[in-house]
Amino acid sequence: MSTVVLLLFTGLGLGALYFLVAAGLSLIYGLMGVLNFAHGAFLTLGAFAGWEVARRAGSDDWWTFLLSLLVGAAAGAAFAAFTEFVLIRRLYQRHIEQLLITLGLSLAAVALFDGIWGTDPVFIQGPAWFKDTTEILGARVPNDRFVCIIAAVLVLLAMVFFLKNTRYGMIIRAGVENRSMVTALGIDVRKAFTLVFTIGGAAAGLGGVLASHYFGYVSPMLGGSLLIFAFIVTVIGGLGSLTGAAIAAVAVAVLQQFANFYLGGTGDFVVVLALALVLLFRPSGLLGRTS
Amino acid sequence: MTTDTDAADTNGTAAAGTDSNSTAASTTAADGGSGNPAGPRRTAAAAGSTPPAGPHPRLTRRTAAGAAAGLAGFVLLILLPLLNLSLPGVLPGPTYTPGSLQLLAMCMLMAAAALTYHLLLGVAGLLSFGHALYFGAGVYGLAIILQNLDIPLLPAMGLTLLVVIVLAHVVGSISLRVSGIPFAMVTLAFAQAGSVIVGRNPDGTTGGDEGLTLRTDNLPDFLVGVVNTRNLYWLALAVLVVVFVVVTWVESSRAGHLAAAVRENELRVRVLGLQPYLVKLLIFVVSAVLVSIIGMVFLLLQSGAVPRAISADLTITLLVMVVLGGVGSRWGAVIGGIFYTILDQRLTTLANSDAIDALPDILRIPLSEPLFILGTLFILVVLFLPGGLTGAAKRLAQRRNRRGRSTGHDGTGNDSTGPDRTGPDRTGHESTATSREILEESA
Repeated sequence: MSTVVLLLFTGLGLGALYFLVAAGLSLIYGLMGVLNFAHGAFLTLGAFAGWEVARRAGSDDWWTFLLSLLVGAAAGAAFAAFTEFVLIRRLYQRHIEQLLITLGLSLAAVALFDGIWGTDPVFIQGPAWFKDTTEILGARVPNDRFVCIIAAVLVLLAMVFFLKNTRYGMIIRAGVENRSMVTALGIDVRKAFTLVFTIGGAAAGLGGVLASHYFGYVSPMLGGSLLIFAFIVTVIGGLGSLTGAAIAAVAVAVLQQFANFYLGGTGDFVVVLALALVLLFRPSGLLGRTS
Repeated sequence: MTTDTDAADTNGTAAAGTDSNSTAASTTAADGGSGNPAGPRRTAAAAGSTPPAGPHPRLTRRTAAGAAAGLAGFVLLILLPLLNLSLPGVLPGPTYTPGSLQLLAMCMLMAAAALTYHLLLGVAGLLSFGHALYFGAGVYGLAIILQNLDIPLLPAMGLTLLVVIVLAHVVGSISLRVSGIPFAMVTLAFAQAGSVIVGRNPDGTTGGDEGLTLRTDNLPDFLVGVVNTRNLYWLALAVLVVVFVVVTWVESSRAGHLAAAVRENELRVRVLGLQPYLVKLLIFVVSAVLVSIIGMVFLLLQSGAVPRAISADLTITLLVMVVLGGVGSRWGAVIGGIFYTILDQRLTTLANSDAIDALPDILRIPLSEPLFILGTLFILVVLFLPGGLTGAAKRLAQRRNRRGRSTGHDGTGNDSTGPDRTGPDRTGHESTATSREILEESA
């Protein structure tokens, strides 16, 4: 029983990270049709920014951690807004070129991170509480899992609130449904594009800081490895659906953890198998619009 | 440019391959070949595409001259290992040295691999992020078979091919259930699964991060050792030529036309009662099989299998090559492959040079990362050079033509003809204009 609980919480923690990356990806794809390969670079930059803050502050208390979260999210958001404003904006409606741009950007950015911070992983210190465990139903669950889960739930709630209850959220939702209609109504949908990119980047940057605590290190490859699972999550959840991304993120991560433990380290393989099954029986994803 | 409906119309007829439009388009392809800067490698284009439609003397003379120059270039490429040519800045040493031959052979293989990717992206419009899976399957499949079974090279290659054919059918039939961007993600996921399996090193078969060293017991002697690099070079050159011929053949076959039609307007193909799914699967499998053969030769050339050969990075590299050269152009893929490989090698040398080390941090860090420069270059090409290198060359040639010729024609009467190669990308404009010029010339 205790193993099951431990695996469940580890899976939830990982799912939280997947969600933080996938949420932005899914919204960006839903609204703009851009598959954002640079999303991993947003995450990595967030992680490195958070690490720099922790290193320069020289302390590992809660305030430093919160500050690093803020700085990480801000760095991710700034990078994302820059990407949208300078590169993506010039190529609206040309989805392949937009994808290629983000691909080139991710290559260049990861190489630049390699050059600045080195290719080796740098290890990271969080508040001492992260190292402890909490006992739940006999399982000793590491505390950093809870932080990830709580942060992801907060982000999910904030995003849902924003999308449901604000004017810009409404424009974004309408844009995902039918962009040309929104434009026809005289609303400048480009502002919504920049906004969605910024929000996605902030979530990814936040995810980066949390991921660096979850895994215990930062490396330029951090974003790339999470990005691939985030892609899988967005496809399984249904492109453009935030709730779908949340459900799929948890499902994928928990499945991965259980398969890794009980089926001899085949977690990644099982996830791809699940993706194949979803595609065979429901090509538009769990909560995607059926075309 | 014509309207959408017109374009679809022309594509419908081009798919049938019966009227003059498709002939005009193949002439365009041939012209694109002889118009580009890599003169030495022209032969296959001239040989591979159909002869020009009209017996116009000027056009035939030009084609003949191009073919002759191409043949000379091809002979030069064959003789290269026997010559003592130095290209400082491009090759690490004279052409007969193993180091240079290794790099040249790598260029050939990468150009061939880019060609197979062109078959996916340029012809069928399939943006796959899992092409490395089949390349890696060729590399690792052959390495593992040679390691564990005592059979000669050719049967081992046959066995690997069989595995790749099955794999490509399974993965292709599942991933082709979605199209466009979701297809890209799904192929990426499958390739990632392959990459993860190789990294996990099940029962020590793949060697994990270390990779596998090629077991040479059952290899023919002329393919083993540094002394025989030139044999490997010839092998790589042969692979490039064969892949080029096969890709040209597939592209100009009925299936190729159908695939191009699917790329332009899948719904219309369906309305015509044809099966987009099957033809896409065919192109997918052919491309996978070709790239796995290239992978096997890559294994012989590198005398070892490394995890990079099956990583997503490799697919991205191929994609970058195709885009740098120009999407939709066979020569673009070849040039992109060669250009990228040489640039990557040169930049790596540059990164480790003393001149870079002496620079201040703000210049040193970006310049010592080849991928940073290549990535930035790639972004710039996508932003400012639609149609890649071949597109730019074509535009230059066009401008020169226009300046050289009297201003008698403006070509407006030919608007409804020839946008056969009008892709979803901006290269369409270029090729339309060029085919228009060809028509003018032959009219």
